[in-house]
Formats: sequence, C-alpha cells, structure tokens
Amino acid sequence: MNYQIIISGAGGQGVLFITRLLAEACMNDNRHVLTSETHGMAQRGGTVISHLKVGDFKSPLIRPGSADLFVALKPENLDLHYGFLKKSGMAIVNSSEGSLTAGTNRAKALNADFLANQDNNPGSINLYMLGGAIALIPVCSIEKIKKQIEIRFVKKDKKIRAKAVMALERGFKTIVSGC
Amino acid sequence: MSRVAKGHDRSLMLGNEALARGLVENGCRMATSYPGTPASEILSSVAAWKKSEKLDRMHVQWAVNEKVAFEIAYTGSIAGLRTAVAMKQVGLNVASDPFMSAAYLGVKGGFLVISADDPGPHSSQTEQDSRLYAMSAKVPVLDPDSPGQARDMTGVGFRLSEEFEIPVMIRPTTRVCHARQDIEKKKVQRNNVEAVFEKNPARWAATPKFRYKLHNQLEEKLKKIALWKETAPVCLNPSVQSKKAIIVSGVSAAHAKDIVRELGVEGIITLYQVIQPYPLHTQFIEMVLKKHDDILVLEETTGVIEMQLARSDRVKGKNSGHVPETGELLPEIIEKIIADFLSVKSGSKILETKPGRRPTLCAGCPHRASFFAIKKAAPKGIYTSDIGCYTLGMNLKAVDTVLCMGAAISQAAGFAHAYDDKKRPPIVATMGDSTFFHAGIPALIDAVVQNIPFLLVILDNRTTAMTGNQPTPASGKDVLGEPVTAIDIEKLVKGCGIKYCRTANPMETDKFIPLLKKAVKYSQNNGPAVVISRSPCLLSLPNEELRENYKRVEITDTCDGCGYCISHFECPAMVMDKEKEKVTLDRSLCTGCGVCVHVCPKKSIVPAESSNVEGS
Repeated sequence: MNYQIIISGAGGQGVLFITRLLAEACMNDNRHVLTSETHGMAQRGGTVISHLKVGDFKSPLIRPGSADLFVALKPENLDLHYGFLKKSGMAIVNSSEGSLTAGTNRAKALNADFLANQDNNPGSINLYMLGGAIALIPVCSIEKIKKQIEIRFVKKDKKIRAKAVMALERGFKTIVSGC
Repeated sequence: MSRVAKGHDRSLMLGNEALARGLVENGCRMATSYPGTPASEILSSVAAWKKSEKLDRMHVQWAVNEKVAFEIAYTGSIAGLRTAVAMKQVGLNVASDPFMSAAYLGVKGGFLVISADDPGPHSSQTEQDSRLYAMSAKVPVLDPDSPGQARDMTGVGFRLSEEFEIPVMIRPTTRVCHARQDIEKKKVQRNNVEAVFEKNPARWAATPKFRYKLHNQLEEKLKKIALWKETAPVCLNPSVQSKKAIIVSGVSAAHAKDIVRELGVEGIITLYQVIQPYPLHTQFIEMVLKKHDDILVLEETTGVIEMQLARSDRVKGKNSGHVPETGELLPEIIEKIIADFLSVKSGSKILETKPGRRPTLCAGCPHRASFFAIKKAAPKGIYTSDIGCYTLGMNLKAVDTVLCMGAAISQAAGFAHAYDDKKRPPIVATMGDSTFFHAGIPALIDAVVQNIPFLLVILDNRTTAMTGNQPTPASGKDVLGEPVTAIDIEKLVKGCGIKYCRTANPMETDKFIPLLKKAVKYSQNNGPAVVISRSPCLLSLPNEELRENYKRVEITDTCDGCGYCISHFECPAMVMDKEKEKVTLDRSLCTGCGVCVHVCPKKSIVPAESSNVEGS
C-alpha cells in the first residue's frame, strides 16, 4: 500500500532523523521510499518540513490534500501544514489535548513534551511522536522501526538505545490505549 | 512497482550521496568542492566512500573557494584523470572565470561540473539557473529528475566528456540533492590510469589567435553533442499519438510523471523527458515541431529548453507566461498547468503560505554575543555583513547588508567612500572565518591600500557552520579528518597590511565590549582595524566540553518582562511568559553560556550561585 507522510517541526527537533528512520524501516520491508528534506538555514530553529512517500512514486513532494499522515512536532505546525492532509488522513500533534484547534477532528494530540519530561528523556520527543504516528496509521510495524533504531544506534551506549526504543513504545501505547 | 524483489543491496541515499556514489562507481580520481546548500553533502559523501572502499589513489578535498576547487579538478582532467568539482549555483559565479575558459580548451579525462540550483530559493541569494551558465559557456548540461538518475548521469557525463573532450555539467536542484531514495549500489570502479600531461601550449596556454580556433572547434563539438544518442530526449509513452505534447526535465519530470498518471491522461498526451537541456538535440527539435502543434514545457528555473525550441506560436512555458518564471515549480502548480493545458479537471490546491518559525542563531551561539557587543560598541553604526549563519544577525538588527561571499569588506569600503569624513557613521563589517578565506582577503588588501576607516570583525568559530561544519583552512584538518597545514588568521590579516589586529573571546562580554569600542575608535581615526572574535561553534563541540563550561543562570523576581533581552538578544532559550509578564528560561535549550547575564538592563539575569531565587 502507498503512503504519503508529512513530518514537520522546528530545526533541531529531529524531524529529519525520524523521517529517515521510518523511511529505512519501510525500505527494509522491501518497499520503495522517496523523501524530501529541509536543509540549510532553516535548520537553525526555523520551520522544518519533510515529505516521505512509501510505494510507487516518482515525485519526492506531497501535494496539498494528499497526505495520509501528518506528524507535527510543534503545536503551531498543525495549522501551518494541515492543508497537506487528504480528507481521510490523520494528524498527530505534540500538544496537550486542550489546545488543539477547533474543527480538526482528524488531529490527535500526543503530549510528547510531557511524556519526555516524565521519563527524563527530553531528546526523544520525536520518537514518542513517531510511535504515536504509526499507532494511528500503520505505515510500518513498530517492530521494524525498533529494529532500525538498533541498527542506527549500534555504536551508541546501550542506555541511549533503550531510551529511544522506550520513547517509541510509550508513544505507540499512549495512542493505542487512548483510541 | 511498490514492492522490491528481496536480496538487492539497496541503501537510502540522499541525492548528494547518490551523485557521490556515481563518481566512485565510475572511476573518478579527484573530487573538489566548497560547501554550500544544497550541494554540501556531495564531497563529504565522496570522502566517506574513499575511506570505506579504500580508494587510496583518489584525491578528495575542500578548496578555499569554488574557483580554486574548479581549477584543481579541471587540471586533474587535463592530466588524463576522471575528475569532478561540486558547488552550489552561486558558487559557479565564483568559478565562472575558469568555467568559461575550460569549455574552449576542453579536457582529457572526463570532467564533471556539478552545480546545484536552488529554486525557491530555500537557502540561497538567487534562483539563478546554472543551465544558462552552461549555455553561455557552451558546455553540455544534464538535468537529473531524482537521486537515482543523478547517480546514473555521472557515468553518462564522464563518457560524454571524454568522447568530445569537453567539460560536462550536471545540474541537480534542491529537490534532487535533498531527496532520499532507495538505490541499488553498483560496484566501485578502481581506476588506475596514470596521470600523463601531454604538453601542447597552443591548447593549454592558448593565445587569443588560438582561442579563436578553439572556439570554432567548440561549436563543432556542440553540433555533434546535439546528435549524441545516449543523452537524447526520451518519449515516455511512445504509443500515444497526440497533437499536444508535454516536455519535462529535471525534478519537474518526476512531478509530471505522477500527475499525468493520476489525472488519467497518460494515454492521450505524448510526454517527453529531456535529459540534456543544452544543447537540445537537433533531431528532437525537428521531430517535436513537426509532430505537435501545441507544446507545454515544464522546467526549472529559466526557459532553457523553451528558448531552444524558439517557437513562441506553439510552445507554452516560462517565456510565454504559461508557467511561473519565479519560485519553485511545485507539483501542485504543475498539476494545475497540465490540467489547464489539457482542459481536464483537477483537484489541485495551492496552499497559502503562512509565516512559519523564522530561523535564529542557536542558543549559546558565539555570533549572538559578538553582535550584542558590536551594537553596544557602535550603536549608530552601519553594519555590513556576509553569507553564513551570522546572516541571522539581521534578527538582532546587527546586519544591514548582505550581498554575496566576501562583500562585507568591500561594502564597508563603499560606504566609507560615499560618506564625507565628518558625517560618516562608524562602519563595522562582520564576516565568518570561512568566508574571509573564500573571498574576503582581496577586499581587505584593497581596504588597507585605500586606508578605509572601518572595523572588520572576523567571526572565527573555527568551522564552516551553516553548511554542516566543514573544516576551514585554519582547522588543520582535511575532509577525511587527516591533519593538514593550518593557516593562522592573525598572520594573514597582518600580511594583508592591517596594523591594528586584536583577538578576543566574545563570550567574555565585559572585556569584549570595551575592546570593540577601542577598535571602532581606532578605525575612525586611523584606518582599517580588525578584531578576530574567536569562540568555537557549539555544534562542533563534544557534549563533555559543553557540560564542563556550563554556567547556570537564573532569572530573579525583579524581571518585569520589559522584553529587552528577547528583542535585542533573541536567545531561543529565553521565553516570554505572557501571563506572568516575566521572562523564563527553557532549560532544555540553554547551553549555559552565561552571556545573558550582561544583557539584562535591570540585572535580573544572574549566575545561579549568587542567586537566592529558585530557578524557573
């Protein structure tokens, strides 16, 4: 099945990291992937957006009204990039539930900042969000992503790897149990 | 095919990595570059493969600027090796002198000029189309639509270059450079050709008389290249017979392929993809104009293909006003143009652009400290600046002009000459270390000769930060991390003839501001002065070092929320709490640089140990 995914946030939050992680996990599931990333000046804290397409595509960009899934690592990005979602698409936003814009019933809140703070895992906000995102739209199994984290962090300390996996799982479970 | 057969060695490659892969798969022996978005990752990827594949005979280097990078790689090719130079489009402006001439003299080993364009622009000063430069220089250019095609074009490019002894340009755009795609790796080719320079002064050192001959030969080459089969345009649906046709190139081709399929028009409209936009194949021009009477051309950024078709009565494109001449040709724009061209319905939506978060200097960035001090030392000054992270000093109102690499010094000189002595405000130029090496030195020599009353602050963060922390000539390390000779900036500045040169740490605000004040005064009375503001980029430092230097600060209850620190210092770690009317610290971003202690006019930001107040 084809998937089109928008991931956005602020430079430094790890938008590119989770885009690449999800893309590699899908690739290792023998699917074609195509991404488009923001590099350069915007990475200095500006708005960063990446497009990820899984399946049969030639163009690296997603057109407005076409995305199946939108992951917003900053609450203000929901409004900024909501237009990319198609009618049946779903968004997941790093936000406390109350602050979601009205009329966006296709947007689900996941308070990743809060969870990361609780777990003393502030560097993994992006992974809580990725976990939640794939619970919402099953682009790829959580097992494949976990495996990819193991590969990517192979040279890192065991504790760091475990924290990353924990963030992914907790984001996933929070959305599953909340549905 | 949405599924791939198992067992292939595929990797997820950035377009720039794919270009680099193409170079090592095709026996490239020398690769040079100067970093610039969107081209920066090409050379570092070549270096990574040189290491992992043990390509010991390959030379890979960052050069001081694009002109030097070009000349080194070009000369490798006239010694018979396959070589390549990579840069961003405005880098080609810097390298344009050797580029124009190299087309006349030609090459021996295959020589690729990779010039990455940035329609949008996302991270550049201009939206210029490198293909126009290729036309101007009379050099063939290939236009990849994806990372995969970019990789393949390196091989084609080398063959074309060698067959006609001519430089070949590959022109990717941001959406190719910074796209990632799963690509099946091919084998790396170990090329063991020995360098042989065959002396021929009439060619390699040609005088104007010979240049005329070479120009004639170049025109002959171009005619043949316009017939070369391997780069000829491709018809993507040859069974279709239609009066209308769409011609696509570069990433616009990738967008158009998906759109034509989704609109369900692939069976009714002939779609051609141009591989080599210049010189456009002669037979293709004849055939297209014979077969089709209504032709739409989709290309970025200028109408280069459209121009060569030269039939405004039949060809719709940029020049005819059917396709926007500025900005990126996004797929939603292409969808609307194609739907209108074929009179079919589409649900194309163009998103209204909303202002997002603006980029800003990182928390703890030494540039912020330098800019804060400069504004204190010369509050009514004219601030000329340059290209790099520090362009963001604009947010702090400490950057008034940005023209191109190295211009901060010459613009300071321009202002100095423009104003009468008595009315001249203090002039402070800021320039990064890498930019100073790249293009600042000739301008500084000129300023010394003319005795320009200005202060140059070299923002020496020991790296090329904006493009991903590549080494500078002062780093003492090359692209592979191996030790090389380090250039001493102080000696260089003094060598340019500067008599007043001081080096200081901008993070020591209480000492740095008076030092700058003195330097400004000196410059106004005596002529050019230089302050080297030295403190490393935080992105290049290991975490241990950051932790060691961490100075915890607190905001006391005396903060009345005046907002001075937010507007004049703009540190991302300082957040205005509108409800409490007080500034708070985001500890997840604060690097503990401690500079903000000197910023608050009410002294409400204090070092933690001397504070009795609990941190926010």
